[in-house]
Amino acid sequence: MGLDVQWALRWLALSAEAMAEHREELIELDRPIGDSDHGENMDRGFKAVMVKIAEAPPETAGAALKMTAMTLMSKVGGAAGPLYGTAFLRAATALGDADDIDAATLAAAFQAARDGIVARGKAESGDKTMVDAWTPAVDAAVAAAGNSDVHKVLAAAAEAAEAGAVSTDPMLARKGRASYLGERSIGHRDPGAVSTALILRAAVGAAG
Amino acid sequence: MKKLINDPRAVVDESVEGFGLAHADLVTVSADPAYIVRKDAPVAGKVGLVSGGGSGHEPLHGGYVGMGMLDAAVPGAVFTSPTPDQILPATLAVNSGAGVVHIVKNYTGDVLNFETAAELAQAEGVEVRTVLVNDDVAVEDSLYTAGRRGVGGTVLVEKIAGAAAERGDSLDAVAAVGDRVNQNVRSMGVALTACTVPHAGAPSFVLEENEIEIGIGIHGEPGRHRIAMENADGITDRLLEPVVSDLGLASGDKVLLFVNGMGGTPQSELYIVYRRAAQQLAGKGITVARSLVGNYITSLEMQGCSITVLRLDDEMTALWDAPVHTPALRWGV
Repeated sequence: MGLDVQWALRWLALSAEAMAEHREELIELDRPIGDSDHGENMDRGFKAVMVKIAEAPPETAGAALKMTAMTLMSKVGGAAGPLYGTAFLRAATALGDADDIDAATLAAAFQAARDGIVARGKAESGDKTMVDAWTPAVDAAVAAAGNSDVHKVLAAAAEAAEAGAVSTDPMLARKGRASYLGERSIGHRDPGAVSTALILRAAVGAAG
Repeated sequence: MKKLINDPRAVVDESVEGFGLAHADLVTVSADPAYIVRKDAPVAGKVGLVSGGGSGHEPLHGGYVGMGMLDAAVPGAVFTSPTPDQILPATLAVNSGAGVVHIVKNYTGDVLNFETAAELAQAEGVEVRTVLVNDDVAVEDSLYTAGRRGVGGTVLVEKIAGAAAERGDSLDAVAAVGDRVNQNVRSMGVALTACTVPHAGAPSFVLEENEIEIGIGIHGEPGRHRIAMENADGITDRLLEPVVSDLGLASGDKVLLFVNGMGGTPQSELYIVYRRAAQQLAGKGITVARSLVGNYITSLEMQGCSITVLRLDDEMTALWDAPVHTPALRWGV
């Protein structure tokens, strides 16, 4: 049994909960190396997603992610809005109108999301950005997709994203506002990598 | 945190609403999506100028909407770029058919959001050119950073490109003048204190009583390095020197000297900085042909200043002198 629109809706609801719950933490992470707005923006963005979904409940997982993409792109601002917006849009396109998402399709959707972020933000691995959570997550998801269990794909992606977020601590930022700090960016965790890990963890919880 | 606010989440909405009420003779404000347009927009036959960015830098950008400067300004949340659902309608509202120039400060978020909006506007048949402002010498411009930030030079780009649009220059010509200003302008800033983003509730960094932060941007982000407090002349020299050397200014050059307050520094101190900077430039044989001193691009209530120098030519000087009538900048009318 694969994933369906109910999973996607639970994923977005749990993501919204996670953004609200970790709003202060993301603001705190953003304070020393950014401009203290990541938690506020993500919380506002996912709240707007919840409103949109309540107004016109989508019928497929792809439609739910597309609605999320358009809302984040138009409501979040900063770099996170266009980046997450592009990620969800590419994932939605990869899912198409599938209503029984298997492990391979799920891994492909994560991969499409990551590729979208890289294409828009032009960051590479090691630049201390959300790509440092997304890329290990995609690698782990693709590796786990072989045994055709969507739950294992989701769990592998979330775990790798969490480790990826931690791995940004010693990195020297080369993209985004943190890059202005040069050496002083070392020793701080990238807030975008942390929000990525939270969103991918929410996807696990949504699958039950 | 003591601030004159009601609800931290309503700061931008309520401030923009008040701005619209105060300047109803010059601008029209759209509340949702939030944007500010010149009262008589679109002006027939004229290229439209749109800028925008995070709020917290007032009077930038809304204060520069009006005759001879911007046609529209798009305010984001505090220190957060605006979104395409604001930038697009602002762009459409000021398009008379002659096309629209986006003036964008070089920050990852602003660039991505304006880029998306420009694509959408072009899909609706509006020609858009983008002038990217990146005048901050504090940031190394290399493959290893997001590139230099747009700071004080933005005000000068908006004024000079705005005057070019007002006299009837074509879309490409207005964009070219904007680019030329950007290529000839450099800035550097200092913070004596940090600032507090209303929804964050705490200062964005902490400076001890005897510390200052050199090379700050305008978003409460820390700068390049921290040093012990010095007197005004010492700090002025630290800001001016990298600006002059990066521009490659030489004896005989004419410049516009712009000393900008970050929001919490009194005008009197800005003139002390101006005094030293003007003396130093004169000592190098550089003529200060035009000046601007005051709070024009701020960082909430931060104490500190930035020094911006623009190498002038005759055309830029004439466009700087051209009439302007906006809430924050007015002369010649």
